[in-house]
Amino acid sequence: MNTTFLIASALDDLRSSNMLKYVVELAYVLAMALFIFSLHWMSDPKTARKGVFAGVWGMTAAILATWAKGEVTQHLWVLAPILLSIWPGMKLANVPITAVPQRTAVSHAFGGLAAGLVGTAEFFHWYLDANLHAEMTPFRVSALLIEIVLGYLTFTGSIIAAGKLQEVKWIPQRPWVYPGQNLVNGIAAIGAVVLAVMIVMNPTAPLAPYYFGGVIVLSLIFGPMLVLPIGGADMPTVIAILNSYAGLSAVAMGFVLDNKLLIIAGALDGSSGLILAIIMCKAMNRSFTNVLFGAFGQVQAAAPGGEQKQYKPEAPEDAAQVMAQASLVVIVPGYGMAVAQAQHKVRELYDQLKKRGVTVKFAIHPVAGRMPGHMNVLLAEAEVPYTDLVEMDEINPDMGQCDVCLVLGANDVVNPAARHEKTSPIYGMPIIDADKARTVYAVKRSKNPGFAGIDNELYFLDKTRMIFGDAKAVVGELTKALAGPGAH
Amino acid sequence: MRSSLTPARCLGAASALAFASAPALASQEATGASAPDASTGLYYISMATVFMLATFIGIGAIRRVSRLLHTPLMSLTNAISAIAVVGSIMVAGAASPETPLSVRIMGSVAVFASMTNIISGFMITDRMLKMFKTEGGKA
Repeated sequence: MNTTFLIASALDDLRSSNMLKYVVELAYVLAMALFIFSLHWMSDPKTARKGVFAGVWGMTAAILATWAKGEVTQHLWVLAPILLSIWPGMKLANVPITAVPQRTAVSHAFGGLAAGLVGTAEFFHWYLDANLHAEMTPFRVSALLIEIVLGYLTFTGSIIAAGKLQEVKWIPQRPWVYPGQNLVNGIAAIGAVVLAVMIVMNPTAPLAPYYFGGVIVLSLIFGPMLVLPIGGADMPTVIAILNSYAGLSAVAMGFVLDNKLLIIAGALDGSSGLILAIIMCKAMNRSFTNVLFGAFGQVQAAAPGGEQKQYKPEAPEDAAQVMAQASLVVIVPGYGMAVAQAQHKVRELYDQLKKRGVTVKFAIHPVAGRMPGHMNVLLAEAEVPYTDLVEMDEINPDMGQCDVCLVLGANDVVNPAARHEKTSPIYGMPIIDADKARTVYAVKRSKNPGFAGIDNELYFLDKTRMIFGDAKAVVGELTKALAGPGAH
Repeated sequence: MRSSLTPARCLGAASALAFASAPALASQEATGASAPDASTGLYYISMATVFMLATFIGIGAIRRVSRLLHTPLMSLTNAISAIAVVGSIMVAGAASPETPLSVRIMGSVAVFASMTNIISGFMITDRMLKMFKTEGGKA
């Protein structure tokens, strides 16, 4: 009882003096340092968990410091939403690992929404109070407009992205394009810029709130317009770009609210999204603009050749025999493995092969799956040691020594056409050299072409055998066949 | 080779950031108002400096993140960018009694959205990182 009184009176003393201001600013500096350390420790799986703790402490310091500021007195308005967020927060933290791409998109949507709402609230707060009109400097209003455009665009765009990843029925999986799309987008963008300029020139004009509403509506429409034309295979890049936007909207909020902590934390997030997007684009040999406006996937220029290509199917039991004789087996996982939720079965296969003294490695293409690092997390969940998850650039030189390459639900990332077929949409994309292995087994759900709609040359090589079926079932059969002979 | 980002360099960069912030704090003191003197525009240049430095630090740090960890990295930066909670708290809990109800509600929804991201972001990052083990089962 006495202690609470002491703390309360100490806080009052702090507030009346100028001390508190310094304490708050210092807490912000501490939070900035902790956030930087947090990212720094992510460089190695051994220290990565320390990074999470640094982030948590940085965030705690930032929240408490803000709350302790004299400017915040209506505590219920802060406390209630915080308490309400605990349940959905825990819920979203415990989704199945296969749903992580969707969860990430949903959290980008939340981040965008928060930025958009704070920007909107600030604008009307200033606009409605004549005493605060002086706050509306051109620079600030411009920053505020950037904040709400990025915020609302990320909000709706991420919802569409989450829907695509969740494979919701009313959102098309294939790129959605119509003639003149870029023209329509361009006109809408110009409209938004014109409205924004009118607001900046005279933010206190009677019509300004209507212009402001117009910018909000246009931004909300922009999100879906940016994401709908993008195909499933490009999702890793889109997620990274939306990540970057969410960070940049926090930066803009920092400029609006004169808060350096927001600028720094937002910049860290913004640069992270940018780097990831660049890595994804490089891994597909495509440019940013091409991903955003190119509508990949519906250009199937290459006409089917005259010759009728034949798949050479093989039974899982026979494939298992060959794998048992191998000394190095490389497994190339792709989105198909995630769809079939086959990662745990894959782990059993890995165990069986290891037991027979076979070296097993996983070759991970940067864009395999639906978000950066997707395959790694799935396999880590199945307790495959991360030391056996090998990046494309590191495994390719060893592919010549590989006895068996098992392609599991991957397609375009192992298509040799990317090396030489100039007309192919994936030409120039770095691939995993599966075709250099002595024998290739490709597990495929159906005989249809992959996401990019391209025939895969790898499947028609002399050394390639196809195993048709659901990835999970096929891997299960392979494991059973391997376990069988050894069991008796 | 990529330049390495040692903790010492991190600290150096962080103190550079602190120096960049110093003029801003000083100007706040000088005017005595909560809003810094915006008429000069110099203030915003110091903010832009902070932004630029932070972006370079971010790029330097992210480039060194193991590709294994790109998914957890994304959920971690997600949680960090929910720092927007700071702005949301300031809007939702603003002291001024004239603050319109609609503004407060928007601020509260923003606090809710950011806190959800903070809680779920940090928790799922930790959950994923726990899964990354070496052969012996060590994290």
